[in-house]
Formats: sequence, C-alpha cells, structure tokens
Amino acid sequence: MAKRSVIPYGPQHPVLPEPIHLDLVIEDEKVIEAIPSIGFVHRGLEGLVDKRDYNEYLYVVERTCGICSFGHGLGYVEAIEHIMNVEVPDRAKFLRTIWLELSRMHSHMLWMGLMADAFGFESLFYQCWRIREKVLDMLEMTTGGRLIFSVNRVGGVLRDINPEQERIILDTLSGIEKDVRDIYNTFMTDYSVESRMKGCGHLSKVQAMELGCAGPFGRASGIRTDMRKRGYEAYGQLDFEPITSVFGDCYARCDVRIREVFQSIDLIRQAFAKIPGGDLAVPVKGNPNGEYFCRIEQPRGEAIYYVHGSGKKYIDRFRMRTPTFANLPGLCETLKGASLADVGLLIVTIDPCISCTER
Amino acid sequence: MAEVICPENELIVIDKDQLLEKTMEMKHAKLRLSQACASYINGKYELCYSFANDKTYEFKTLKVVMEKDDAVSSITSIYPYATFYENEMTELFGCKIEYINVDYHNRLYRIDETAPFLPKEAKEAKKEGEK
Repeated sequence: MAKRSVIPYGPQHPVLPEPIHLDLVIEDEKVIEAIPSIGFVHRGLEGLVDKRDYNEYLYVVERTCGICSFGHGLGYVEAIEHIMNVEVPDRAKFLRTIWLELSRMHSHMLWMGLMADAFGFESLFYQCWRIREKVLDMLEMTTGGRLIFSVNRVGGVLRDINPEQERIILDTLSGIEKDVRDIYNTFMTDYSVESRMKGCGHLSKVQAMELGCAGPFGRASGIRTDMRKRGYEAYGQLDFEPITSVFGDCYARCDVRIREVFQSIDLIRQAFAKIPGGDLAVPVKGNPNGEYFCRIEQPRGEAIYYVHGSGKKYIDRFRMRTPTFANLPGLCETLKGASLADVGLLIVTIDPCISCTER
Repeated sequence: MAEVICPENELIVIDKDQLLEKTMEMKHAKLRLSQACASYINGKYELCYSFANDKTYEFKTLKVVMEKDDAVSSITSIYPYATFYENEMTELFGCKIEYINVDYHNRLYRIDETAPFLPKEAKEAKKEGEK
C-alpha cells in the first residue's frame, strides 16, 4: 500500500482567487479525501442587523461581495418587499433584470479568465477579462458603480436607463457576443484546453443531487434547476430555458457557463424590447413584520435570503445562504480520486466565492 | 413566453422531537436540503431547515422553536452535507445540536468569541445557567 500523507492546500495559493483551506489526504499523487476549512474572511455582516435599520442594512448586504453585489441587494429587498406586500413598478422589475443579467455576464467572464489562468492559458485569460471590462463599463454608465451599484431600494430602483444608454448597451452587446463566440470556440475546440478539462472532476447527476449542488455546477451534471424559472422580477415575461449538460466534468461546467453568457445577452435584449415606461419606485411606509425566504439565481447558483422582522425599524434576523456554501460538499466529492495537479482546476470549476460564503 | 413555476413557500412549525422524522419524510420525497439556519428571537432559538424540490420549485421549511438550554439532534445522519450548516448554527448562536457528523467544535469560522450572534443578555443568562 502506498504511503498516505496530508498536504495543506491554501488559503494562500497562486490558483486560489479567495482564501479556502483544504487538507488533502493523498496517496501517490492521488487525492483520497479533501477536508475543507473556511473562516479566513468571516466578517459577521449578518450580525449587523441590530446596528442598521432595514433600509440602511441594504448597503451592508450589497457589500458582502464585489462580484455578486447586485444579486445580494436584490434578494434582500425582494424578501422585504414580499413581507411588506410592496408591488414594485414593472419598469423597475425590468431594470433589475437587466442589471442582474449584466452582473451574471461579468461574473461568468471573470470565472472564464480565472479558469484559463488556472490551466495556464494566459492569453485567453487576458481576452476574457478584456471583454469583461466592457460589461463593467456598461454597469458604470447606468449605475455609477463598477462593482457595487447601490441602485436597489425597497420598493423599486434609484436609477433609470435612458434611450441613449439603451442603444449603447445593445450595440456593445453585439460586439461582446461576437468576442465571446471566439472565446467559446477556443474553450471548446482547443486541443490543450480539451485535454486538460475533459473527464476531469466528474460528478454524476445523482451525486450532484445527493450533495445538494446548485447553479451552473449542478446544471453541468444535468440538474435542470434555475431559480429564474420562478419568474421573479421580469423573468416571468422573458423566454428562456435552463442551460444544462449531461457530462458533469470541468469541460461541461465551462460549456454551461459560457452558454449562459449568450443567454444573458438574449435576456437583456428581450428585456429592452419589452420594458414598459412608468415609475421607478413606489413609496414604502412602515416596517417589515413577518418572515420570508427569498430565492434568486445568482451567477453561481441558487442564493437564499431569509428576513425575519417584527414590525420594528431593525429586523431580527437576516441570513444569506450562498451557492458556494451549497457547492462545497460537491467540490470535496469531485476532488476524490483527482490528481494533485488538478486540484486547483477543480476548485476553480465551482466558481468559489468565499467572501459570500463566510459573510 | 417561458412557463413560470412559482409555488408558495411553506413553513411548518414542528416540535424538536419531530425533527428527524419530518426530515426523513423530506428525504423520502426526494427533496434537497436547501439551507439550515438558526435565529434567536424573543428569548428562544428558532432553527429553520429548508427543503427544495428541483422539479416543481416547491420550498418547504421546518421550523423548530426551542428554549435556549434545549438540544436538538443533528440531521447529518439523513443529509450528510448538513454538516456545514449545523456547524455554522452552533458556532454563531451557541445552540446545542447533538451528534453532528464532522463536528468542527465551533471552529468552522475560527471566531474566538463564543456564540457571537447571540444577544449579550442571552449570553449572560446562559453563562449564569451553566454556573
């Protein structure tokens, strides 16, 4: 029997975008077991509910993470709006949908770059991030922020998108679509990329379901779940189907995420074609009294926002369950039997966001 | 236009002794454990375990309300991946969850303070009770 040893992996490691630690039990270069350990960036943001009133707390929620910021704010305000029976104007719903899809695009492109970097394809990494800049520019033009937008409020949104900005966005999206098509071809047809990712870190549909995997990570294994099908905001008025794959390996995860970028472009076009005029927000009076679990589809998968209020200015409890938290058991499973050299690649394929996970 | 599937969330308040039985029912119904969290509201712990159906988008939450000195059994024997959720609950709120499979012993987040999310008065009352 080969000798077993334990290798500490992370929290500081060139391939890790954020701090996570894994104790890898290895036998000859093969991982037998992976024991995760987090807690390097826990900030206790959920505990701030008794320091900020429910309107101010929105800004805390948005600052949980720089990548999923818009979605976090949206999930929180939607939970509050549900408790307070606030009907948001249709225009605000479409605007939120557009910004959420732009956020998904920039998150997926960030991931594509990190993935390319993880398998050593540096020029592809630069290309992905070059295109991502255009998405960030569109977000900056419409919201004033590149990562944290602060355009949501309970009852609607704070900013509008004017016809000139709409034209610029639609023109830019056409260019981005062409660029991403080239990148998609490289990811899917390049020999070195294919040989690095095909068959690597396989997770079957049954395993993914047993381990509670969420988002593109689960969809790449064939789980056909996308919270946008719940029809929140304007998604109920748009035409789309969840993007899935049946292969369940790194290659499939990559395929699903890049196809989701095309889907986002399509959803933004549909949203602009159907966006109605009208108010951006409705006035909201009173304080939340009740509890609600709001589920939305963040770029990394299903995110859950729990709000419990008892009619006071300060809510009693806010809890956020992020997709990475749900995907950690799946990651540990994919690592079993993997080669030590593939560990970095496999961690990146779940698109980990540890800042969100630890809050 | 795409079909919208949005059933209402369901919240079921149960006794702490019913937790394992009800969780087993969820497992048999092939529901996924979507989240679990603790809260401390009005001097009592509220533990919420949510289960989701990936086909119908149903979302059911089992809520256990218990006194601060009560303990509840871990559901990791039914849903092994509940381990992170339950470790988080015990570390942040100090609630007692017994027999967690892979217990991080309040070191999941490496916070030195005991039960940091528990209100100060509750923490002091708990300490008094332990004395």
